[in-house]
Amino acid sequence: MIFEHAPALIIAFPLLTSFAVPILNRFGEKFRNFFVLLSLLFSLFFVLTLAPQVYSHGVIVYTFGSTSPGITLPSGYSMPIRITFTIDGMSIFMAFIASIVSISGLIYSWGFLKKERVGMDKFYSLLLLMSVGMYGMIFTGDLFNMFVFLEILSIASCALIAFWVHKGETSEAAFKYMVVSSIAALFMLIAVGIFYGQYNALNIAAIASMINYNLLDKIALSLLIVGLAMKAGAVPMHMWVPDAYGQAPAPITMMLVAASQASLYALFRTCFTLFGLRLDVAMVGWIIIILGILSMFVGVTMAIPQKDIKKLMAYHSVSQTGYMLLGVGVGLAVMNDPIAFQTYGMKAMEGSIFHIINYALYKGLLFLTAGAIFYKLKTRNLDEMGGIAHNMPLTTLFFIIGALAIAGIPPLNGFASKFLIYESVYRFNPLLSIIAMVVSVLTLASFVKVFHSAFMGPKMKKNVREAPRAMLLGMAIIAILIIIFSLFPAMVVRTIVDPAVIALANQGNYISAVMGGI
Amino acid sequence: MMFIVYLTVVALIGIGLYAIIFKRNLIKIVIGVSLVECAANLFLVSLGYKEGGVAPIFTMAPHENMVLPTPQALTLTSIVIGVAVTALMLSFAMNYYKSYGTLDATKGRLKG
Repeated sequence: MIFEHAPALIIAFPLLTSFAVPILNRFGEKFRNFFVLLSLLFSLFFVLTLAPQVYSHGVIVYTFGSTSPGITLPSGYSMPIRITFTIDGMSIFMAFIASIVSISGLIYSWGFLKKERVGMDKFYSLLLLMSVGMYGMIFTGDLFNMFVFLEILSIASCALIAFWVHKGETSEAAFKYMVVSSIAALFMLIAVGIFYGQYNALNIAAIASMINYNLLDKIALSLLIVGLAMKAGAVPMHMWVPDAYGQAPAPITMMLVAASQASLYALFRTCFTLFGLRLDVAMVGWIIIILGILSMFVGVTMAIPQKDIKKLMAYHSVSQTGYMLLGVGVGLAVMNDPIAFQTYGMKAMEGSIFHIINYALYKGLLFLTAGAIFYKLKTRNLDEMGGIAHNMPLTTLFFIIGALAIAGIPPLNGFASKFLIYESVYRFNPLLSIIAMVVSVLTLASFVKVFHSAFMGPKMKKNVREAPRAMLLGMAIIAILIIIFSLFPAMVVRTIVDPAVIALANQGNYISAVMGGI
Repeated sequence: MMFIVYLTVVALIGIGLYAIIFKRNLIKIVIGVSLVECAANLFLVSLGYKEGGVAPIFTMAPHENMVLPTPQALTLTSIVIGVAVTALMLSFAMNYYKSYGTLDATKGRLKG
């Protein structure tokens, strides 16, 4: 009954609540916060009920206003003209990330922005719109819809980056991000136009069934790769990342990490589902690998000399995005060689998709600890910190968990996914794997630096206490998930990562799920 | 005929990207983004153009040679989004001017 409409409801709850927030605000702060949390919990609940269906039935196609995508068409013409949501293993995997990140970001904001007097209703409206944008991009089965949700996501996130409007720097960072994301979105729109002009379709599955990789398709593909890699923050187009991540309020930075992952998802969707094996897989695979290697290396080398704690972490985000691009690129490059794909291509994709969720968790946690330090010390400069471990023991503990995970130290989840990547990429090309390991060592080095200069040392003169409870709760949710993922990596890979990889690698299923119903 | 339209689209994208990359004034960068957006809208609308076609409204209209309404719908959506983007970018530019006293992008304090 109601669970049939789960895909629409996942979006509807936060979307409607987002526009109701200014009214809810009239009834007091507690009331508003409760409703905002409730709407996100509803979304999480429906994601959780949708997941078993996806894992048992395969791809779920939800059509708005009808039971099947092409039901009212004149006879003899079969084309999915309605707006559809197409949900497979990969979408549901990304939806987990979006919901976890939104909920813990929301709880953390209760503490982090407690002292703000004005604009809190708008803050929560935009925060909900951000999660709507992420869910929409992840679920949609329609290219134009993906553009619309991408724009919703970027407008909401830009407005939130500039939340502290009285500071000029926030406007500067938001302006940069807005230019980058609107150009990315417009490139995507032009690509959509190219596809529509050739195939008369907007549905991803319909285009994928007809696509023939001619010159115009190649132009569209390059526009999509450039635009989406720009929004995901891969290296030649990474200049917005440190500014936007550094200036945004900490919970928003965490949401931005997940938003970049949504763009990465759109990139993978383009390569695997839209083009699939019709692509010149070796060449496009290598382009993605090179983007990945560059991001990894440039990101980490830029991170080491930074003194601003959030900027340092932002450069690490660039570098971590490289790992995901590397693994998926290797998977794509060997896709038309079934033996190689079975032996290591699959493993490489497994590793990098597992890395997406690990990265969203530990990077989110690190940004939240940086936010907690900023909240208490009012500075982001590492030189002005020291001895925080005496004053904020829990924050220190969370930081250690996050830092060890990002550096890939064995028991933690970062190790599990990085090891999958090293192992499989080594069989593809040993050099790439060695670069990945070196980058991991450099990551550890720079986090040792942060740990030493911020947390160690004599007690500070200022009387600093532990962060407020709401902030600790937000961090604890993520830390507990990290520990669960670290203890049972094999189980996580089997239950949620493998279906995502299979969904990406198996283009035929996706197409027949949508086109078969007509 | 259509060739000229497509040529205009490519030229507009080129001019827009030039303005975004090489101009220092924030307002000019916003103009560049708007130009690229106009190019995308023009491209979408020209895809739906049909010589001698009529609007797809079924009452009282001759039933042959109708224009497909989808590209127009897409363009409308994209125009609305474009207005929001431009307004937001101009407000950021305003804030930038208020706190830095200039619109020069090279005078920014963030060195990415």
